[in-house]
Amino acid sequence: MTEYETHEHDVLVVGAGGAGLRAAIEALAQGASVGVVCKSLLGKAHTVMAEGGIAAAMANVDRADDWRAHFRDTMKGGKFLNNWRMAQLHAQESPDRVRELEQWGALFDRTPEGDILQRAFGGHSFRRLCHVGDRTGLEMIRTLQDRGVQMGFHVYMECAITRLLLDGDRVCGAFGYWREQGRFVVFKAKAVVLATGGIGKSWRITSNSWECTGDGMALAYDAGAELQDMEFVQFHPTGMVWPPGVQGILVTEAVRGEGGMLRNRLGERFMERYDPEQMDLSTRDVVARAIYTEVREGRGTEHGGAFLDISHKPPEYVKRKLPGMYHQFLELADVDITKGPMEVGPTCHYMMGGVRVDAETASSTVPGLFAAGEVAAGLHGANRLGGNSLSDLVVFGRRAGLAAAAHANRAAAGSPGAAQVEEAAREMLVFFERPEGESPYAIHRDLEATMHDLVGIFRNEEDLGRGLEKLRELEERTAGVRVEGSRLFNPGWHLARDLKSMLTVSEAVARSALARKESRGAHSRTDFPKTDPEWGRRNIVVARTDDGMRLSDRPLPEPPAELKALLREGEQA
Amino acid sequence: MPEAVLAVFRGTAEGGAPVEYRVPVAPGMVVLDALHYIQGHFAPDLAVRWNCKAGRCGSCSAEVNGRPRLTCKARMDSLPFDRPISVFPMRAFPVIRDLVTDVAWNYEVNRKIPPFTPRPGTDWKMSQADIDRVQEFRRCIECFLCQDVCHVLRDHGKTAQFGGPRLFVRIAGLEMHPLDSVSRTGILKQELGIGLCNITKCCTEVCPEDIKITDNAIIPLKERVVDDYYDPIARFLKKIFGSGKSEN
Repeated sequence: MTEYETHEHDVLVVGAGGAGLRAAIEALAQGASVGVVCKSLLGKAHTVMAEGGIAAAMANVDRADDWRAHFRDTMKGGKFLNNWRMAQLHAQESPDRVRELEQWGALFDRTPEGDILQRAFGGHSFRRLCHVGDRTGLEMIRTLQDRGVQMGFHVYMECAITRLLLDGDRVCGAFGYWREQGRFVVFKAKAVVLATGGIGKSWRITSNSWECTGDGMALAYDAGAELQDMEFVQFHPTGMVWPPGVQGILVTEAVRGEGGMLRNRLGERFMERYDPEQMDLSTRDVVARAIYTEVREGRGTEHGGAFLDISHKPPEYVKRKLPGMYHQFLELADVDITKGPMEVGPTCHYMMGGVRVDAETASSTVPGLFAAGEVAAGLHGANRLGGNSLSDLVVFGRRAGLAAAAHANRAAAGSPGAAQVEEAAREMLVFFERPEGESPYAIHRDLEATMHDLVGIFRNEEDLGRGLEKLRELEERTAGVRVEGSRLFNPGWHLARDLKSMLTVSEAVARSALARKESRGAHSRTDFPKTDPEWGRRNIVVARTDDGMRLSDRPLPEPPAELKALLREGEQA
Repeated sequence: MPEAVLAVFRGTAEGGAPVEYRVPVAPGMVVLDALHYIQGHFAPDLAVRWNCKAGRCGSCSAEVNGRPRLTCKARMDSLPFDRPISVFPMRAFPVIRDLVTDVAWNYEVNRKIPPFTPRPGTDWKMSQADIDRVQEFRRCIECFLCQDVCHVLRDHGKTAQFGGPRLFVRIAGLEMHPLDSVSRTGILKQELGIGLCNITKCCTEVCPEDIKITDNAIIPLKERVVDDYYDPIARFLKKIFGSGKSEN
């Protein structure tokens, strides 16, 4: 028998970024006992990297802004593939969620009148992003973390979940290991909220941290939940491109929000050719493709990017509004951005797809399983607007916490049974038992290259087919991985397990991308370059069957007449 | 491509020793890149904490050539290659394995700090000038390098009597919030022993966020403690007119 420790909670939250913390706070407020499990130390989740701001139609700067405009911008940015109800709730509730953060101690930059200041961002028709310089995510995570700690949630730091435990078809807990000592742990819970973020680590150039390995999507898929919109992977147009070690590190869109301009090697403001109206503040999918195309056609910079220049603004202003960028470039790239341009290029940044959830409750198709934030699909459709992620986290984090606590109140505790736990433990131990085998790092490098080269910004049938073939080979190699050393804080062991999640999610991305025979938002098919209205009525849904991964189409829910009218107004404007 | 030799501490709480690895050096490379190279090619089980690799999360703290630094911001080309570059875990905290230390103590102390408590009836208007200084403290990424270098913790191990620079910065962020209504001088004086700090400013020197920890956080907090506990005139005036902050 495997040894393990057991903990019991009404609600177990997996992930301690913005969505997980907000879910935990809400479940606690409902009187539930709450455990939060996170792979890193508390406060280090990827939310900390969010820079530009949180989108909320507070109308502090532009009085004409309201939730209707925010709703319309979000739907338009998502190429109308969004779940309309999620987009509506998000636009309506995000101002309250921002005020709440302020009441819990967050300090946003101010207007001269003393209100929360808001800045312009790509795809937003008004100045809408509440921000703290270029470290908004840090402010948010610290505020939520302290709030949760004061309210008394129990945090299991540096603990990784490898399997959701089921009782029949419903979730009754989770199995995982402590990274520090390698001991196993079983969490019993009546409801589980997934808030594990994205899958950036499947790509070679990414702004994501080591944690973003698609865990929640793979856990949900393995437990029988449906995934949706997996073909939509956002490449942020501006990541660092030089020196090699910093490739992919995010350069916030706030640089352009504050007036930064993109130019190619010839000094042309090339966005004139791609989106003459919105120029540098066009949506991310458009700007990323524009930079990629400039480079491919020979007009890129020395290191294969574009120039991004903010040096026409006064140095003190740049240092005040973009202090993180100023230091990042000075220290890592020897570039003073108050004096000269940055070199930037696309970097894998965000997953629009994820667990298919109910708009009101964030519940998945598996009873007792909820998902919020990047791990969930629906709000952003085919392309996310900058600033809509932080607001997503708090709006749907709260809704998930509320629904999970209500579910826990109604549901009886389930039991996973010994066999399930034993199987989960076997899966983790087998890596050590092989007398020989490949290093997980080598397989990870090949996975990153495969996704980058064959399932990247521009796609076609041939590449995607080859990508799927390569993923199958990588899966075979992963089945023979050997881990050296002990179970004591062993990153090689952790990666060996994370690889499995990455491969599952990568396969879902490649298959969905192959199935969607059109170009829309972040999904660009060179063999189907047009947007097809027929495909605009369907989401692609991925589910696990006995014969492997199965894809199907689902009709997109239709908005009610008054919202349709709102969207039409936007079309004409 | 030039090569560098890194002498990386390998071991556990029971003991250990540096092990040398030869790593090719690419332009702009940082020490964390070198550690990843070692993981990928020689030692897959090398224990390192890291997340963002962009100086924003404060996970990858270690001592590079004896100096507490974020390894993601320690450029290889700023270090001499004529001798091995030593990379050791933070000394002020117990080693778990290799470069990973047990920093849980910081979180335990943090839990005792009275939270932000807004003044009742506030209209939530604040001027930028009033929050500038608080925003400086809120830049802290909790890398704990200031705790590592502080001799009260590092050399004297006074974790039971002393909070350390990080937690003083945290308290300064709450105390100086223009809408906060609670005094934390009690916990500063008693449980967190702010009097033990003799302002050598080592913490300020290692802060990767350039927070003026000693000048802007610790000294003003010390002054508040002095006002509340040691200055008879200030105490007398406070009794009559009130301080605007309630005792916790």
